[in-house]
Amino acid sequence: MKYYLLSVMQPQGERPAPEVLEEIMHNVELFHAELREAGAWVFAGGLHGPDTATVLRARDGDVLVTDGPYTESKEFLGGICLLKAPDLDAALKWGRKAALATTLPIEVRPFMHETEG
Amino acid sequence: MAVGAAGIEAVFRAEYGRAVAVLIRFLGDIDLAEEAVQDAFTTAVAKWPETGIPPSPAGWIITTARNRAVDRLRRESTRAARHAEAARLNAPDEPVEEGPVRDDRLRLIFTCCHPALAPQAQVALTLRLLGGLTTAQIARAFLVPETTMAQRIVRAKAKIRDAGIPYRIPRDADLPDRVKGVLAVVYLVFNEGYGGREDLCAEALRLGRLLVELMPDEPEALGLLALMLLIEARRPARVTADGDLVLLADQDRTRWDRDLIAEGQALVRRCLRRNRPGPYQIQAAINAVHSDAPTAAATDWGQIRRLYDQLMELAPSPVVALNRAVAVAEVEGPETALALVEKLDLDGYHAFHAVRADLLRRLGRHAEALRAYDAAIALTGSAPERAHLERARAALTAN
Repeated sequence: MKYYLLSVMQPQGERPAPEVLEEIMHNVELFHAELREAGAWVFAGGLHGPDTATVLRARDGDVLVTDGPYTESKEFLGGICLLKAPDLDAALKWGRKAALATTLPIEVRPFMHETEG
Repeated sequence: MAVGAAGIEAVFRAEYGRAVAVLIRFLGDIDLAEEAVQDAFTTAVAKWPETGIPPSPAGWIITTARNRAVDRLRRESTRAARHAEAARLNAPDEPVEEGPVRDDRLRLIFTCCHPALAPQAQVALTLRLLGGLTTAQIARAFLVPETTMAQRIVRAKAKIRDAGIPYRIPRDADLPDRVKGVLAVVYLVFNEGYGGREDLCAEALRLGRLLVELMPDEPEALGLLALMLLIEARRPARVTADGDLVLLADQDRTRWDRDLIAEGQALVRRCLRRNRPGPYQIQAAINAVHSDAPTAAATDWGQIRRLYDQLMELAPSPVVALNRAVAVAEVEGPETALALVEKLDLDGYHAFHAVRADLLRRLGRHAEALRAYDAAIALTGSAPERAHLERARAALTAN
């Protein structure tokens, strides 16, 4: 089994209407439940916006602290889902469900190391 | 038996894909498999001129490659580590696939044509691993620098390994979509060749035959092969000795390749008996109607239009609608056809303007026809096609 990271790519700008958001949250919860039931679940969660980010940079043995996201861009990481899957086809199946639930683009990436079992 | 380099080359071209496919399953790594098979062919070049070609060349190559690979892995501990690292392609917990065919080449095709790879990478990998083409040959065929093509192939192989693209035939539920992807890759190779590079057409036909052999129950694989054969049959008549393009209506039909037509038409009949129509089968049937007609005037356009109607139902697209309009022009006249064409949103497509130009010309609307020819000429990327359009435009101003 391998670990895969699903990244939810969220566009900057207006948030959807409350009732739309409510439906999305409901669908995401169903998706998480499905992951757990299948034994694929490792961790998942939404992130606060890029305004809440803090960046740390090593400089000459010291660390520089700055406010704000690492890069300003049109999309930011809105949430992540870490899962276990036997291969990319299985991971893409979960990714497809995540895209439908969140209505947002999902990036699927493999981790470098296998799971332990 | 005397064995020359040509004999070994022929075996290489015929058996490379099969050998690599088996070795990938055995070794779980594409690079190691390719190296092992190339080692085996190097050995064959040294041995076969003395011993003759063995009774089962593929079996010999596979056994030799396997032994070489095992030797090499034992010798090189770093390689052994790499092997262990890469063993995930072999996926020991991989479920037994439910597909009907076990040929390793089929697994390899589905891996090469995985939708998570860029289309260009799918094409390159398929030609390289199944077709046995070198990176240099593929680069030349697609007019890109060899280093660019090499990078493309290295990246694709790395993604297969690192992202865990499986080496297996997709499950039944995913199969129709994945088969579509595989057929599209082969047709893409064929269309690249249609633009002038004949070797790619030959390669696409080889791959098409392989798909039919590996997926005998897939009517669209039959349809694609039939379509490519029927189009390829017209190659001798499509271009003049000077390289000028000749339209279907103006082609010398005695120059069509009758053997390819007979083979293509037989496949179309096989498809019809199965009665599970799909876009490739219908396009093949349309081409079969053309190849039935001894002269352009004898073409059964009614039948062609009915086939386009069917294609519009199964796989509607503006391009199909444009081609259907060409058939409508022959059955109901250019005015009806032009009304259909004007509704299409294909402003950036040269064939749209070329069809419009021809219909306007036939309706005597010459000024508009000239403007449409200009648009078509400006948009086409093919030199023979542009020359043809310029001749048609010139003929109009001469009148």
